[in-house]
Amino acid sequence: MRYLPLTDTDRAAMLAKIGAATVDDLFVDVPEVARLDGPIHDLPLHASEMAVERHMKALAAKNLVAGDVPFFLGAGAYRHHVPASVDAIIQRGEFLTAYTPYQPEIAQGTLQMLFEFQTQVARLYGCAVANASMYDGSTACWEAVAMATRVTRRSRAVLSGALHPHYAGVVKTMAQFTGDTIADAMPAITPEPDLAGLIARIDDQTACVVVQYPDILGRISDLTAVAEAAHARGALLVVVNTEPVALGACKSPGEMGADIVVGEGQSLGVGLQFGGPYLGLFAVRDPRHVRQMPGRLCGETEDAEGKRGFVLTLSTREQHIRREKATSNICTNSGLCALAFSVHMTLLGEAGLRQLAAENHRLACLAADRLARVPGVRVLNTAFFNEFTLLLDGKPAREIIRDLADRGVLGGVSLGRLYGGVTALDHALLVAVTETTTEDDIEQLARELEASVKETV
Amino acid sequence: MTAPNQSGWRPEMQVAENGLLGGPATTTGNRALMLEEPLLFEIGRADVTGVDLPVVDASAPNRLAGLERNAAIGLVGLTEPETVRHYTRLSRQNYGIDLGFFPLGSCTMKHNPRLNEKVARLPGFADVHPLAPQATVQGALEVISQLGEWLCKLTGMPAVAMSPKAGAHGELCGILAIRAAHEARGDAREVVLVPESAHGTNPATAAFANYRVEDIPATPEGRVDVAALKARLEVGGPDKCDVAAVMITNPNTCGLFEKDFREIADAVHAAGGYVYCDGANFNAIVGKVRPGDLGVDAMHINLHKTFSTPHGGGGPGSGPVVLSDALAPFAPLPFVRRQADGAFYLVEEEHREERGPSFGRMTAFHGQMGMFTRALTYMLSHGADGLKQVAEDAVLNANFILRSMEDILHAPFAASGPCMHEALFGDKDFTGGLSTLDVAKGLIDEGYHPMTVYFPLVVHGAMLVEPTETESKAAIDQFITAFRAVVERALAGDEALKQAPYYAPRRRLDETAAARKPRLVFEG
Amino acid sequence: MTRYFTDEHEWIDVEDGIATVGITDYAQGQLGDIVFVELPEVGALIEQGKDAAVVESVKAASDVYAPITGEITEVNPALEGDPALVNSAPEDDGWFFKMTIADEGELDRLMDEDSYKAFVEAL
Repeated sequence: MRYLPLTDTDRAAMLAKIGAATVDDLFVDVPEVARLDGPIHDLPLHASEMAVERHMKALAAKNLVAGDVPFFLGAGAYRHHVPASVDAIIQRGEFLTAYTPYQPEIAQGTLQMLFEFQTQVARLYGCAVANASMYDGSTACWEAVAMATRVTRRSRAVLSGALHPHYAGVVKTMAQFTGDTIADAMPAITPEPDLAGLIARIDDQTACVVVQYPDILGRISDLTAVAEAAHARGALLVVVNTEPVALGACKSPGEMGADIVVGEGQSLGVGLQFGGPYLGLFAVRDPRHVRQMPGRLCGETEDAEGKRGFVLTLSTREQHIRREKATSNICTNSGLCALAFSVHMTLLGEAGLRQLAAENHRLACLAADRLARVPGVRVLNTAFFNEFTLLLDGKPAREIIRDLADRGVLGGVSLGRLYGGVTALDHALLVAVTETTTEDDIEQLARELEASVKETV
Repeated sequence: MTAPNQSGWRPEMQVAENGLLGGPATTTGNRALMLEEPLLFEIGRADVTGVDLPVVDASAPNRLAGLERNAAIGLVGLTEPETVRHYTRLSRQNYGIDLGFFPLGSCTMKHNPRLNEKVARLPGFADVHPLAPQATVQGALEVISQLGEWLCKLTGMPAVAMSPKAGAHGELCGILAIRAAHEARGDAREVVLVPESAHGTNPATAAFANYRVEDIPATPEGRVDVAALKARLEVGGPDKCDVAAVMITNPNTCGLFEKDFREIADAVHAAGGYVYCDGANFNAIVGKVRPGDLGVDAMHINLHKTFSTPHGGGGPGSGPVVLSDALAPFAPLPFVRRQADGAFYLVEEEHREERGPSFGRMTAFHGQMGMFTRALTYMLSHGADGLKQVAEDAVLNANFILRSMEDILHAPFAASGPCMHEALFGDKDFTGGLSTLDVAKGLIDEGYHPMTVYFPLVVHGAMLVEPTETESKAAIDQFITAFRAVVERALAGDEALKQAPYYAPRRRLDETAAARKPRLVFEG
Repeated sequence: MTRYFTDEHEWIDVEDGIATVGITDYAQGQLGDIVFVELPEVGALIEQGKDAAVVESVKAASDVYAPITGEITEVNPALEGDPALVNSAPEDDGWFFKMTIADEGELDRLMDEDSYKAFVEAL
């Protein structure tokens, strides 16, 4: 077996040193009744690299590849071009096969990268400090709510109706067990989000109000008033961002007064990967809140010769030290995805990120204008970045999306898929446009959408 | 004592003048292949980019509602050659499995096969959107289904929840299922029992789910004290048990198999509780024992440990949880099912009947697909026979190290019988104020990543050595030679060891200063 | 002024009905370099034996329990910027908090300096 270096001669010599007759003597503590006497039956035996690759390729071939068709899906996962050098760097064995940097003297590569990553994320979000990553945006969102309850010593969270339903779902699942109260809402299909209504839901028991920006319908709006209203009630503003590229064009959550900014970093460096692994981003505006943050933090220090170096720090917040009093149970995070994000962000730089954002927005505007001319189709949003909502003349968007797929176009994400069974939302369709979208793709979507809307009852 | 190196280098070849590495100081601070690297923010510029993008007319009308980001963001860029060099130079300050032996106990640093990487990058897996119409992603759903089937068969469990993102997330999944199961039968309980030797995530997870955590005592031989555990279950009298679950790692963090596991499980079940098994150490028993045969109700499996997906400098992991029939109905959304016609589909929030009493969603989308493809590739490569050999070789290697060290290094549970996949030592006989930390740093100078230190907490100055099955005997022999040499220095009170490492990219780092005045982002 | 000690290695000075609490020199020696002290809120009512503060070194976080029942009247502002005071002057400038004394009787059950010294020596 190609991954097992011991030979039978080695094994015999080692057993002799141990003083065991057979390897099964090393498993004597396993109760006899539970010991398996041979390989588990009805599982295949070992296979060659070629045979395994063949099996996996056959499975991959059953999927429709996003890059092979006009593609407009978003809703928390965006298809961007990832420069080839990103993947080359994350495949270096020194990054790929390293562990959490618990021995900093021989992990400066990972640690310095994390320090740079934290700085990039903090600046992108308009915050003071970011951590070294969480699992993904949705779990980071829950961690933000949990942190707000620690900071404010309150237990009620108000969720905007336009928060990604999976994110709201995660928060509600967790709150069932922690005993926190979650005030959630359904999205209202309006050109602009109802911020006044959201503000009215904040009360003196509220730990935080959670708002997505751009929101699940692609809308963007100034959140300064929400921040002020939250602060006036002693609550924190948590802003969730699922498309970091947007922040190359749009004001940062920190600039609008957000206290905790969390999000999904998948857009940069990571790729679609059918939903994971992704990259949770987590930042705070007030550095005094650092000790309430979840997850790992990398900090600068010096070595015994006075050279600059980096270590994991403030670890007493974490489970391996604080155990049942930890700020979170998170241990492994998304180190390699953080590296991919950081490399991509380094390649872009401020100038490149702004250009990338401008190109996304230009194409999205083009698509919105073209799709608005399709009979029976209306663009909901007044404002958006690279994703907007279409209303389909009362036609079920979910069926139209399936029909479009049959026509060779992956046309977007229907709200019917995200909010299954909610009839008030089933005629709305989310369309995302990135720099990977061509003008021909937009034309093809417009044409096929027109036909599909016409033919769907 | 010389530890011969394959390169032919010998300690006596070192020139001992002008500093530790010999030779004069250099102008750059670099020493040939040991290269210093500045911070990105010291070399990058705001107006430099390594990506060619169209220049968009900034004055064109936009739909940003006046929310343009006008102020500088503070990011910097590098061109592609500079980017590749920056990160390549950083990478050379890292130790990885590819470079050498990495016996980090309980973390299972085994070889990461490159076929896994190749397969995960097939566009049919890597370039697929999680919300694409399900008819267009049947292969992706089938991967989840096939991997789930392997996990069920390897563990002897009837069901599996695939969405947890890492081991600790999997623990949370299991504990939430347990709370949901108790609540569903109107029997909410308050306590989770966790041994002192457990990973910190266990008590953190139980506390998160609003349980009170109590310690389970251990016997002097390093296992759960069954009598004490049973006595705890009986507190409050019959039908009044307040224990929701026990969380036990098996093999445990002392490297021993909990031989009374079945008896413990039966007692917990009789008291109306559930058994959570931390599967972090499944590598030792995969293909040899099925946890389902031992009475487990829930167990997470770290795909990045047992099933070789890369650790990536701290993730991403993946933590599917196998579940017993009692807990399966409470598993999180979504899960993959198969229709009569063979098509796969996801059961999500909208399937009000099929979802049953599921406790809800733990994450957006469907889990760590990129890790699923790697783990399934690994399983297919090894097959049922190879995975059994994995466990046997991992255990053999650990016992070989245990028996090669116990004459000079305190091995608190060596008399308890064979260890499983990791050997545990303590710092009992070190002199001159030398500690486990010094031994770890001494091993760095010998070219090794140290073992896990100061864990588990039940052994003073713990050193937990996990060789894994992907090391050759030659590599293990050389490690033993080096480990013995460093331990001899600690036993002899060698002062020089207190300053180790000497040859790493950095000497010991001041963690106290880092924590007192945290500097977590670049200022300037 | 009388100084009392607990078996959790806290010291308590009593003056004008107010108790000043800190950790002993022995305790700081065991903890190593202190990097952070989390202090209670002024006005908090804390029962004897319950968590009142947390003292952190790089690799450990230890709870400091209220030696007596009372209300927190003041916390040491110097510890926020300079937690190392707990190492350099544990039984003086490195004090943690001041509190009222709800039940004088609780003081009687604490140790005096000599008994504490004997207690530490026996450890």
